[in-house]
Amino acid sequence: MTITADTFKTNFLPTWCPGCGDFGIWMSLKNALAELGIGTDDGVAVYGVGCHGNMYDWMKIYGVAALHGRTLPVAQGLKFANHKLPVMVISGDGDGLGEGGNHFLHAAKRNPDISVFIHDNQVYGLTTGQASPTAKAGFQTKSTPEGVVDEPVNPLALAITAGATFVARGFAGDGPGLTAIMKAAIEHKGFAVVDILQPCVTFDKVHTYAWYRQRLYKLEAEYVPDNEIKAFERAMEWGDKIPVGIFYKEVKPTSEDREAALVNGPLRDLPLGVTNLDELLKEFI
Amino acid sequence: MQHSVTWKIGGEAGFGIMSSGIMISRAFARGGYHTFATNEYPSLIRGGHNVITVRVSSEKFESMNRDIHILVALNKQTIDVHKNELNENAIVVYDAKDGELAAADFLKPVKLLAVPLRDIVQKASGDPIMRNTVAIGATIAIMGAPFEFLVTVITDQFAKKGEEVIKHNMDIARAGYDYIKTTFPQEQSMYLSPAQKIEDQLIINASEAVGVGAARAGLKFAAIYPMTPINSLITFLADHAKSLQIVYKQPEDEISGINMAIGAALGGVRSMVATSGGGFALMFEGVSWAGMIEAPVVIDMGMRVGPSTGMPTYTEQGELQFIIHAGHGEFPRIVLAPADASEAYQMTVDAFHLADKYQTPVFILTDKYLNESTWCAPKSVFTKDVVIDRGKLLKEVPADFKRYDLSVPDGVSPRSVPGQKNGFYYANSYEHDETGHVTDTSAGRIAMSNKRLKKLETMREDVRPPTVYGDAEAEYTFVTWGSTRGPVLDAVKLLQAKGKKAKLVHYGWMYPFPVEETMKLLSPATRLIDVEQNATGQLASLIREHTGILIKEKLLKYDGRPFYPEEIIERVEGKV
Repeated sequence: MTITADTFKTNFLPTWCPGCGDFGIWMSLKNALAELGIGTDDGVAVYGVGCHGNMYDWMKIYGVAALHGRTLPVAQGLKFANHKLPVMVISGDGDGLGEGGNHFLHAAKRNPDISVFIHDNQVYGLTTGQASPTAKAGFQTKSTPEGVVDEPVNPLALAITAGATFVARGFAGDGPGLTAIMKAAIEHKGFAVVDILQPCVTFDKVHTYAWYRQRLYKLEAEYVPDNEIKAFERAMEWGDKIPVGIFYKEVKPTSEDREAALVNGPLRDLPLGVTNLDELLKEFI
Repeated sequence: MQHSVTWKIGGEAGFGIMSSGIMISRAFARGGYHTFATNEYPSLIRGGHNVITVRVSSEKFESMNRDIHILVALNKQTIDVHKNELNENAIVVYDAKDGELAAADFLKPVKLLAVPLRDIVQKASGDPIMRNTVAIGATIAIMGAPFEFLVTVITDQFAKKGEEVIKHNMDIARAGYDYIKTTFPQEQSMYLSPAQKIEDQLIINASEAVGVGAARAGLKFAAIYPMTPINSLITFLADHAKSLQIVYKQPEDEISGINMAIGAALGGVRSMVATSGGGFALMFEGVSWAGMIEAPVVIDMGMRVGPSTGMPTYTEQGELQFIIHAGHGEFPRIVLAPADASEAYQMTVDAFHLADKYQTPVFILTDKYLNESTWCAPKSVFTKDVVIDRGKLLKEVPADFKRYDLSVPDGVSPRSVPGQKNGFYYANSYEHDETGHVTDTSAGRIAMSNKRLKKLETMREDVRPPTVYGDAEAEYTFVTWGSTRGPVLDAVKLLQAKGKKAKLVHYGWMYPFPVEETMKLLSPATRLIDVEQNATGQLASLIREHTGILIKEKLLKYDGRPFYPEEIIERVEGKV
């Protein structure tokens, strides 16, 4: 059976607000998976808690609805159990960079073969509109009525410095562009981070589709994403002009590549128990 | 001639105190004796005062006794700190260069054996740090054992360092041995009665025993953040990861550890974490999640003195109630508490079996006393056949598969793993339906909650009743759990030797609580005495909660030091 976006249809309909950026991300993910031939039984998606995390109910692929902030440890455990299985993380700016910030740093340095899609809308939508870690200074939310006073987290700069081997930014309002980036992220062998800008149509009247469209531009065709310092410089661009595209890409041994046990195939297929018990107990005699 | 000798060596951290104790244990265990070693040290790497105590006996015993027969002092501080622990006519081995000693320095009469530890090492061109090797040789002589006892032990200990190092250590140990034989030939009061070697014994701590158990049970993934007292499990797993074909990962924190382990369990492999109370406090949320999504995960919870950072290198049984109740919401779990290294091994094997059978978290409640004491355990315990049964983990998934099938009578539904054909489902943190889709309907919630909690009833078939030791009709009925079994068992023996009738009711399976068995065993008792290594009597509370039986007499210890059988006797006889 050919895998298409419809392959992932369930009996549940999205509960997101009409116009939510999550729709665009969801569509692009389905298209990317279909184009890569990854169907319902062929991969696993790990979701955090937040508006983004509700996606699983209308996404028919093996799913793990994890605890808030804990997607990355769960995804790494799954990947160790079967490193042949595509593992995708659907996370949010609050889930992945607030509650899960420490996991993000350490996953990046280990370089597990996992793709991470961060739904970045600067707010906590599911709890009705508080500021998220990526909220820009001055942004008024329910938890920051006078405007955000702290500096925002820059997910791209953080990912680059932490050691992620694929770092990109996409836009929920650009289906084809985002699909291409997501495909590249899933195909990348290593820790791939895609920060996806998305408007929150209910709790953010500032960063609208129009606001983004006025500012976003694609990284130039001649830009080569092979230099951490240059990638970092481009990642720091924010204001009237905001770049999207693949900022950085590097091929390095993955977390799984470094485990001797995995040379012989997925962990879950290996024989169980101890073959040479006398040898194992020798040190205790 | 003695049948049991307790030997203590003390010195500054970094003096090889621990390895001396293990080498003495190993030497006598290989010679057919029973041994047991406990250590005491502060949470420092160098400079603190370290001691290890080894009891060696030609007869089986269960715990460390209080009085010391031989004290080996590698510095003056050892004398100052431990001189009052000595038995009458104890032997003190010391180097006069650390300061002269006189009989008047001690409470009881002792025999002072000045051994020029420094000079012997210097003469053999050794580093002063090798004084412990002289001491080991001297010890073997004082206990009347042949030097051959040490030969294979020293050879194995330094095997990785090459022939030259082995010979150097052997010569220095021999010099210590010869010094005693030639200088104090008449000193034979601590000679051990001969022992008969029946079978091979392992010299192993309970953390290592957990590691062997996990390996034999088919552990494939462990994520463990370092913490006392489970660090030797990390060493064991990391050292053997390659040969056992397992993945040991050091996570960034305990939150990550438990979530990685659950992720690996969802991926179809047997997985575990280990930690102590403070680390486990960070795992609650993950344990609750495992309960919700019905993931099999094994947690080795090594107790130490709390609250908070507490006394990290000292022992306590303060986490029984904590573990039984940890995690938000209601979900089934199993809690096992081993009494020694052999049980730690066996309960780990059982824990993996039970986790798969019931698809829920299973705890092994260990502690510092278990995990860092060096036990002497029959090798045969560790080599028994292990049958690995993955429970309802499906090899082939039927087309109409529902992961959380509500129709199962035992509450345990067949499970698939991501990547399996037809096995699609959601492992959902939210309350869910049979596929894992979210639900908040009244009927849906009740049905799924009932299914999960049904497992608590099904577990009854595996619940192990408490073990009873001693006299059927007893004047004293002791009640204890986990690692406090040893000292209480020896206390029972001491009472019996005085002509008293005593018994012990020991809990190893803590939860789900063995209610009926407890009613039967404790209701008729005349004098019930709860013995626990904590300040509030947590087992007594558990018994009260589940059976209504109130144990008024509690013998509690919470100074971080394990019970001695002698102090149990004194306290029940009202001498203290």
